[in-house]
Amino acid sequence: MSGFHRHRRSKLIIANFTGFEADLLRSRASQLVELLRNEAAVPRDDVDPFEAMMDFSGPTQVPDDPVLARLFPTAYPKDEESAAEFRRFTEGSLRDGKVAAAVAIIEGLEEAGLPPELTEDGLMIDVELDEPTAETWMRSFTDLRLALATRLGVEEDDEAYWLSLPDEDPRAQAHDIYEWVGYLQETLIQALSA
Amino acid sequence: MGNVSAPVEVEPTLTPDEITQSAKPWVTIVWNDPVNLMSYVTYVFQKYFGYPKKKAEKLMMEVHEDGKSVVSNGTREEMERDVQAMHEYGLWATMEHAE
Repeated sequence: MSGFHRHRRSKLIIANFTGFEADLLRSRASQLVELLRNEAAVPRDDVDPFEAMMDFSGPTQVPDDPVLARLFPTAYPKDEESAAEFRRFTEGSLRDGKVAAAVAIIEGLEEAGLPPELTEDGLMIDVELDEPTAETWMRSFTDLRLALATRLGVEEDDEAYWLSLPDEDPRAQAHDIYEWVGYLQETLIQALSA
Repeated sequence: MGNVSAPVEVEPTLTPDEITQSAKPWVTIVWNDPVNLMSYVTYVFQKYFGYPKKKAEKLMMEVHEDGKSVVSNGTREEMERDVQAMHEYGLWATMEHAE
């Protein structure tokens, strides 16, 4: 595949994925949704909407999971009380936004023809995104990359280390996916800027 | 005129610098991370703050080379909005009193 482009006439942002690539992207996005819904600050769908609106109790502590700690940084590093307040009022909606963005990727791929279970060989998935949807994908690619990079322990200028790993090392494979999502994001930014 | 009291000085101890500071007392700081693409950070600064490309690129380079950059300033509420928006975009942002 060759990343994202802006279609000259329709102005839509387009990309072609193999079934394998689309399935891989969907599975990364699904993992992120799982993680975001897993630990605390779970959106409370079960409560009365008015009650939910009156309930300002969000999380006040930095999440335990390092990925979530990176996705929801401490806003006031030198002021614990303000940091807790900020988190209480923002983390819930930030989580909802990141879940919605990852779900937009999953739905976009499935609407473009990715079946629930990939069985067919040679399937191609043509994605066409309007600009707001393309921006949503772009933001979610960041979350996916931050999640992978945090799990892998990616650091500044460490490309040589990842290249030195044997191909069969699962960390090398995960790093390849990280690089690939980075490539997708780079082409998407170019397409959006064009 | 006679015996009138001295004119009341408004906040006589504030220097012009302090007045400027109290009007814009908070800043949003974006920190470097090894993940976010330079093109992405520039795009976010243009898109969210409406900065021209040159300014967005300059701020991005500060983040990249100096480890951080002050990307906006304003009231505490404004900065909380900016920090939240940066977190939406996956940038590592914090806020503090301007020095």
